[in-house]
Amino acid sequence: MMEQLWLIPALPLAGFVVNGVLGRRVSKAVVHTVAIGTVALSFLWVLKTLSALMPLETAHVERYGTWIASGSLEFALEFAVDRLTAVMLLVVTGVGLVIHIYSVGYMAHEGGYYRFFAFLNLFMFFMLTLVLANNFLLLFVGWEGVGLCSYLLIGFYFLRRSATTAGNKAFIVNRIGDFGFSLAMFLMVVTFGSLDFAKVFPAVEKMPVEAAAGVVTAICLLLFVGATGKSAQIPLYVWLPDAMEGPTPVSALIHAATMVTAGVYMIARSWPLFTHAPLAMDVVATIGLLTALVAATIGMTQFDIKKVFAYSTVSQLGYMILGVGVGAFGAGIFHLVTHAFFKALLFLGSGSVIHALSGEQDLRKMGGLRKHTPITFVTLVCAGVAIAGVPPFSGFFSKDEILLAAHHHHPWMYWIGALTAGITAFYVFRAIFLCFFGEYRGEGRPHESPPSMTIPLIVLAALSLGGGFLPVPHFLDPVFPAMEGQHESALVFVSVALGLAGIGVAAWFYVLRPGLADRVAASLGGLYRLVYNKYFVDEIYWAAVVRPVVGGSRTLLWRVMDAGVIDGIVNGIGGRARDAGRLVRLLQSGNIRSYATWVLLGSVFAIIGMGLAGGLR
Amino acid sequence: MNLLDLILLLPAAGFLAVLLLPRRNPGAARGVALAVSLAVFVLSLALAAPVWKDGSTMQFVTDADWIESPAIRYHVGVDGLGIWLVLLATLLTPVCVLVSWRHIDRRVKEFYAFLLLLEVGLIGVFVALDLFLFYVFWEVSLVPMYFLIGIWGHERRIYAAVKFFLYTMAGSVLMLACIIYLYNRTGTFDYTSLLAMINAGDLILSRPEQLLLFLGFFIAFAIKVPLFPLHTWLPDAHVEAPTAGSIMLASVMLKMGTYGLVRFALPMFPTAAREFAWWIVILAIIGIIYGALVAMVQPNMKKLVAYSSVSHLGFVVLGIFTFTQAGLDGAVYQMLNHGISTGALFLLVGYLYERRHSLEIADFGGVATAAPNLSTVFMITMLASIGLPMLNNFVGEFLVLVGSAQVDFRWTVFAAIGVILSACYMLWLYQRVFFGETPEKVREKVYDLRPREWAAAIPLVALMVWMGTVTKTFLPPVSARNAEILRQTTVNAEFLVEAPPGARGAAAEAVEVADAR
Repeated sequence: MMEQLWLIPALPLAGFVVNGVLGRRVSKAVVHTVAIGTVALSFLWVLKTLSALMPLETAHVERYGTWIASGSLEFALEFAVDRLTAVMLLVVTGVGLVIHIYSVGYMAHEGGYYRFFAFLNLFMFFMLTLVLANNFLLLFVGWEGVGLCSYLLIGFYFLRRSATTAGNKAFIVNRIGDFGFSLAMFLMVVTFGSLDFAKVFPAVEKMPVEAAAGVVTAICLLLFVGATGKSAQIPLYVWLPDAMEGPTPVSALIHAATMVTAGVYMIARSWPLFTHAPLAMDVVATIGLLTALVAATIGMTQFDIKKVFAYSTVSQLGYMILGVGVGAFGAGIFHLVTHAFFKALLFLGSGSVIHALSGEQDLRKMGGLRKHTPITFVTLVCAGVAIAGVPPFSGFFSKDEILLAAHHHHPWMYWIGALTAGITAFYVFRAIFLCFFGEYRGEGRPHESPPSMTIPLIVLAALSLGGGFLPVPHFLDPVFPAMEGQHESALVFVSVALGLAGIGVAAWFYVLRPGLADRVAASLGGLYRLVYNKYFVDEIYWAAVVRPVVGGSRTLLWRVMDAGVIDGIVNGIGGRARDAGRLVRLLQSGNIRSYATWVLLGSVFAIIGMGLAGGLR
Repeated sequence: MNLLDLILLLPAAGFLAVLLLPRRNPGAARGVALAVSLAVFVLSLALAAPVWKDGSTMQFVTDADWIESPAIRYHVGVDGLGIWLVLLATLLTPVCVLVSWRHIDRRVKEFYAFLLLLEVGLIGVFVALDLFLFYVFWEVSLVPMYFLIGIWGHERRIYAAVKFFLYTMAGSVLMLACIIYLYNRTGTFDYTSLLAMINAGDLILSRPEQLLLFLGFFIAFAIKVPLFPLHTWLPDAHVEAPTAGSIMLASVMLKMGTYGLVRFALPMFPTAAREFAWWIVILAIIGIIYGALVAMVQPNMKKLVAYSSVSHLGFVVLGIFTFTQAGLDGAVYQMLNHGISTGALFLLVGYLYERRHSLEIADFGGVATAAPNLSTVFMITMLASIGLPMLNNFVGEFLVLVGSAQVDFRWTVFAAIGVILSACYMLWLYQRVFFGETPEKVREKVYDLRPREWAAAIPLVALMVWMGTVTKTFLPPVSARNAEILRQTTVNAEFLVEAPPGARGAAAEAVEVADAR
């Protein structure tokens, strides 16, 4: 039976088209009614579809035709819902709806209102296509499409050079990731003759182990290159912190809750491939863990409130990648869900603060705001305890599952992960304390945000606190391979203790003994500067990649090769032709006797030539 | 006389009619040119339906004597390979008339006369089935383009026009020599007869013959494509050409080369083509990366787009020489895609030039504020050009890369680098021209799209979306014809070279079938 799954992405697409074409001519109220309305309808359609399909033990597939057909190859337009997609649909449309509503307040005074909502709707379309796709090609369509929207929205304030540069950086770095993804697709087409999940995954199961090892590992590693781009992992994470140039709702929706988790979703979706490539899994887990740690350390030192949360996102994505890398796919997705709640909340809350301070983002110019913006303060603390892993709030459950799975995989992974959890608690509460405690250090009069902004905050706060009790891992059990392993309460205590310690240290540094943090930073000297400057990764990339490529193209390829060598040869041939003409012209002396000599000589040569060629007959 | 003959005849008649108009009345020349080119376009649409149903056989065929001795025939027909290229030419001619409406203000009637003559040549190339007739159309298209650049171009137009002419002539003379050689061997210029002889085993070309003949045709086509390192005429020609010239040149004329490769070079000299495939593919891949890198550092918008063409056409050549169904389908699709999206890029750059009277990127900035609609159209075109899914180029590039992966995965790895680089040069261009604060001069001079300009741009944008989403409209006849061409490349293997290592799919199977026979 058809459930008309296509309506789920098509509704926001319709909103995009309407606002894109007419948006400039209608009032703001019409614009956001269309934008929110289509997303709300999409959310309702998801609910209706899922309730009709429950319990959804097998995937529900709908085919709408063929997109590309060439010879024996055929790439279908096919959507499917299974329990994994169901979770993603709820997160994307649910959180998406909340953020759309929030944007009405946040963007109220901004220019380009219709453009903002049109792009946001377009993003919903591509993101929903991504999670509904039943083959890698369609997934890739969504994958590239969300990247496009990310580019458009990062560069939303296009008068600002830093914003458009950040947009370009996001697009290009993601293109490098997509290079890997697309190569993975080509390798799959060659190996399996298809990109359909329903054909590729069973084929992997049937492959003999020796045959699978090489090619499946290659496919998985290439897919993971794609994930490092989209989900901001080492070495391609550099675009995400810069992406904070976009409006804050965009940071919440695209660069925290949904798009950046696409890499995690994709790996979880492709688990039949990854479980056949243990080497690739190890790479995934290691990179995830490393990213979690490195980004968390950078997060400790930043003063731009959005930058802190951006590095926090990179770090939390590292956890998710670690989760799927150690085979705990359900846990990775669970953390994706809880993270969508608390990180969207952190961003929307910081947006509310920024809104209250008329655009100020520097933590050093905040302080004491809990009196002025009480709702924002309370909701941000809810997000803080959730991400810090304080039981029984949402982050505790999902992070705990990942860390236990990591321990089962390699104990050292647990310890680094737990340490990172402590750092996480520290930097989040550092930001909260700097923002809401102490004396107000800025100018201007802060004010609480309108209800269209605070109500979404309250909704997300409730989800951040209680989201851990959602039975997501249990719900996903039939989708993923079973994990063995036992619950070790000692380990749980350690990570919780580290989290609480992080909060304690933050309180000590920034509430009880203000000024201590600066002294510690000063005593660390070079190490602090290294971390504060984000390990100089951007500078290294610039010097090692961008400059040589651009400079080399300009001097070596264009000036030397194109204008010098190739055109030199071409013009040289032209010139030589003219020289030859000049030489031959000397023969045309006008002197009859010299002509006669040439004729005679020519005849002799001709006769000799013919003789050599086989004689005159 | 059938529909196809009419489509060839009508612009030729238009050419004469415009020439005979009085010089005082440039409006009449514009009007006649627009009416004729639109009529041709509407008529050519009627070709599509029958060809769509059966793309592998020639339709609307006319085969008549033209010259008794040597036996040159007027033999034309259209199939799945030619149909969309014909439509591309007939669509872009009225677009170019609209684009030039205000931009061309001197020698107006000559301009439109040459434009219509160019259309005759371009359509002719894609439908000619007699080698000599093909050559005639090939040269017919060359002459008006030479004048379009040389008369209505920018400052260095003479240099560019001569360079364009000499480069292309150097190639076409080689091709003519090969055509005459074939005539001496067989006594016919007729392409269908030649293929029939090859299939029947009546014409067997020895190894050196095949290699040399292939090279003769190949160099002529490769210059036209243009394939690295024969590309240096292209940036000069584009920069100096008027907008309409650039559009016709990039969108349609370059496809003469790639079309010739698929139509003639592969089926007639399959073994030579396979033997050279490796080298050609390497040049194509160098072109993809090299063109993109050089495009990245261009300070001039038209040069940037021109070098990006070198990169895009590299994909087409790569696809052709994979000898796979996907590769060939992708290559032909990519010819059309490039025609649409690069044509649109030149169109939009032309609009910018009309306003600001400069092609230097540094003279722009903040156009998005001054002309939001123009910026939106440019954005969509840019996204199509860099291969975003759901827009046209993605489908072509995807199929080409699938085809090359079926033969040698390393080719795909290197060619896919071009996809990364395309994002770099286009996004940087867009940022510098459209984003940022609007300088005084841009604010004064740059206005948004006018109705006539919309009219020229909308069909192209619509096609970008259409070709990117509903491939079923375009791909089936192309696939059908390409399957035939692939089959043809497996017969008459006088000196059989092995298919490229690791070749799977239709081509390799077909070789085995042919061997079994």
